[in-house]
Amino acid sequence: MSQATLRIQKISGHAGAVSGAGMQRDMKEKQVCKLVDTTTCIGCKACEIACQEWNDLPFAATSFNNTYQTMPDTSWNYWNLIRFQEHTREDGTFMWLMRKDQCMHCADPGCLEACPADGAIVQYSNGIVDFQTANCIGCGYCITGCPFNIPKFNPATRKVQKCTLCADRVAENLEPACIKACPTGCLHFGTKDDMKDLANRRAKQLRENYNWANAGVYDPEGVGGTGVIYVLHDTTKPELYGGLPANPSVPWTVKLWKHPLKWLGNLAMIGGAIGLFTHYLRFGPKLEHKNGDGAAGGGQGGAH
Amino acid sequence: MGASDYLLPNNRVLRYNFRERMIHWSAAVSYVYLLLTGLAFWSPWLSWIAVVLGGGWVSARLHPWAGLIFTFAVLLMYAQWADQMHETPADKAWWAAMNHYISNEDEQVPPAGRFNGGQKFLFWSFFWCGILLLLSGVVLWYPVQFPAAVRLVAIFIHPVAALITIGLFMLHVYMGTAYERGAFGSVIRGDVSRAFAMRHHRTWFEDLVRAASPRK
Repeated sequence: MSQATLRIQKISGHAGAVSGAGMQRDMKEKQVCKLVDTTTCIGCKACEIACQEWNDLPFAATSFNNTYQTMPDTSWNYWNLIRFQEHTREDGTFMWLMRKDQCMHCADPGCLEACPADGAIVQYSNGIVDFQTANCIGCGYCITGCPFNIPKFNPATRKVQKCTLCADRVAENLEPACIKACPTGCLHFGTKDDMKDLANRRAKQLRENYNWANAGVYDPEGVGGTGVIYVLHDTTKPELYGGLPANPSVPWTVKLWKHPLKWLGNLAMIGGAIGLFTHYLRFGPKLEHKNGDGAAGGGQGGAH
Repeated sequence: MGASDYLLPNNRVLRYNFRERMIHWSAAVSYVYLLLTGLAFWSPWLSWIAVVLGGGWVSARLHPWAGLIFTFAVLLMYAQWADQMHETPADKAWWAAMNHYISNEDEQVPPAGRFNGGQKFLFWSFFWCGILLLLSGVVLWYPVQFPAAVRLVAIFIHPVAALITIGLFMLHVYMGTAYERGAFGSVIRGDVSRAFAMRHHRTWFEDLVRAASPRK
């Protein structure tokens, strides 16, 4: 019996729709997507705990920094973090911004681009970007390549870990653990098309009915779109939401290194080797025992 | 060491003393390890090198330490040779005769001192590339501790500097083994023939002979 039958269709005492209910569930060959509606997140951290539980991650000590955030940053054993920001609006009113931070599963992933280890990072046909830890060499280039600061170094194994979008659950037509745990319906999961549609409808609602003129959907083009999209009260200021980058992209130095420099370097190395060998064939060695007296055409004259 | 200590029996001349040879080979052995593991990270087509050397993970752990050994050797090299590596007018004349040098018309190449213009170029290029590799390498070694902008520069500088050294290395190995016969022995046993000294480092050799001469 497939675990897909464990999909929840009704929840007791639950405000709003069941997360992802009514969405297309045939994910084969389709890009999957997580929708995070920051406007309805209450910061309960149920998704954080569900992530820890499902992925069997050991909880690490945290610190209290006068904030309603579980810990300062995501870590190798804490893949899902509600970023919390106290924000004062221009009219002096006050709001709490909550953003569920995790791997964005970019269509054009900077981590994968930067990774030098064969098979350490893969992108599945459903769009999930997954680390294959067995192949990871622990160089940390993915950390540098990621525009969202997601991959985290595990000092014990010297390898890098991050959110898998619960690829194991999704393969069984189940939603990721975080989605299943969300009590407000601010998290949804389905195909990218469905999630975009739902997100746009919610953003329209926010613009037309809730006086959020700049409400919109965060699905950044610079990384080819993401497998996690946000509905934000104000898409013009994504940085407010715990440093969500306005225009993320695969870093240009990574692109420069991986493409033109690689070809140039390979050509130079092979060309250099051919050049040196050709020089040897053309001119041959400078023999040690040629007469050193400056006489032209001395030939192999023997030692002094 | 006095000049006469450089003039050995059997018409041999001491080119590099034991200390110089040790430092050279410390740099050389660590560089070759860095080159091999670096190439394994450079291209997936060369990943097999890392497999031979204990796997990608092991190579990634040891590469930075080998880099520290290499840097240390380069700094020792700087301490022992930097004084002898300043460019002189004779070096400029030597560079100008490059076409004769590469076509083995050594009679038309101006005499060189202990190090010719090309060797000085190799020394300074390796020195400065070594500094760049060290600085960028430390950043890549501790990916979390440095700001993203610094890491993004380092991730590009490191292979660029490495490629420059690979070009220099290929040239250096070619000249030291195949091209200039006698040069390889000079960095193994330390000595060269007087013919070699006259041919490649005439000013140096003549100065040695003059300084060692009792008539002077």
